[in-house]
Amino acid sequence: MSDQAPEPVFTQPWHGQVFALTVSLNEAGHFAWPEWTARFSKTLARHGLEKELDGGDDYFTAWLETLEGLLADLGEAAPEEVERLRAAWEAAYLSTPHGDPVHLPKGA
Amino acid sequence: MPHDHHDHDDPHALLPPDPALRVRALETLLARKGLIEPAALDEIIDTYQNRIGPRNGAQVVARAWADPAFRAALLEDATPVVADLGFFGRQGEHVVAVENTDEVHNMVVCTLCSCYPWPLLGIPPAWYKSDAYRSRAVREPRKVLAEFGVTLPEDTAVRVWDSTAEVRYLVIPRRPEGTEGMGVDELAKLVTRDSMVGTGLARASGA
Repeated sequence: MSDQAPEPVFTQPWHGQVFALTVSLNEAGHFAWPEWTARFSKTLARHGLEKELDGGDDYFTAWLETLEGLLADLGEAAPEEVERLRAAWEAAYLSTPHGDPVHLPKGA
Repeated sequence: MPHDHHDHDDPHALLPPDPALRVRALETLLARKGLIEPAALDEIIDTYQNRIGPRNGAQVVARAWADPAFRAALLEDATPVVADLGFFGRQGEHVVAVENTDEVHNMVVCTLCSCYPWPLLGIPPAWYKSDAYRSRAVREPRKVLAEFGVTLPEDTAVRVWDSTAEVRYLVIPRRPEGTEGMGVDELAKLVTRDSMVGTGLARASGA
């Protein structure tokens, strides 16, 4: 609990990615920041009932869930379409030889 | 014997954790719709990882210590003062500076989520985002401060500020003794991140 040792800003690459995605969409005017914090607060409160959140991975898990819900409500990312792409990315990882860059197949 | 797929001879690329794949899916979908630019996302990550952090806030505090007119303007309305230094909120929020004195020690929390003065302090540390800090800072601030190693005189009041989407707070810690002749850059080195959240004090000069 001190600031003597530098801590990484984002401990997982996806933490930074989901943060940047959200900030970018807000700056482009797709939603206002108070709307974001109101929704995010609700997700954190709900998750906090199940277990005490430590502010690490669980924090960004709540962040991602909030963004998915917000984009679904805005009509910008339907859950079934997100799930289809998630499964396509998973399949792409599993079929790409180790060390090669991973791409979605054409048409995915 | 079943094949261990975490084996070193793993034939395929290492599968990222499920949330990482969900983020990839959102990125793919939004990029296809033209709602985001992957390069702009990299720029945001780079900014917060490498260019924005507590050094910004420390410059503001050090100037407030060294320059009475700057200090007065900062306490009056910090938003335009820090914007002049190039630190403005990307979410359009206001910055309020609160000053520690003999009488009062200020401490900042966001009880509902994790609002924080990003342009001045960067991304908050995990403890600021934890349930423990968010719930206890208001209820038992002195106990929380003691866990951070901060013990205040009995007659110093503790005031806790709850951040919102619209208002973010910057604590101006007390200037350490024996720093009279120091310039702004030297003073800034004494200003820690925690001292600007109110969970720490500025470093003693020469420490």
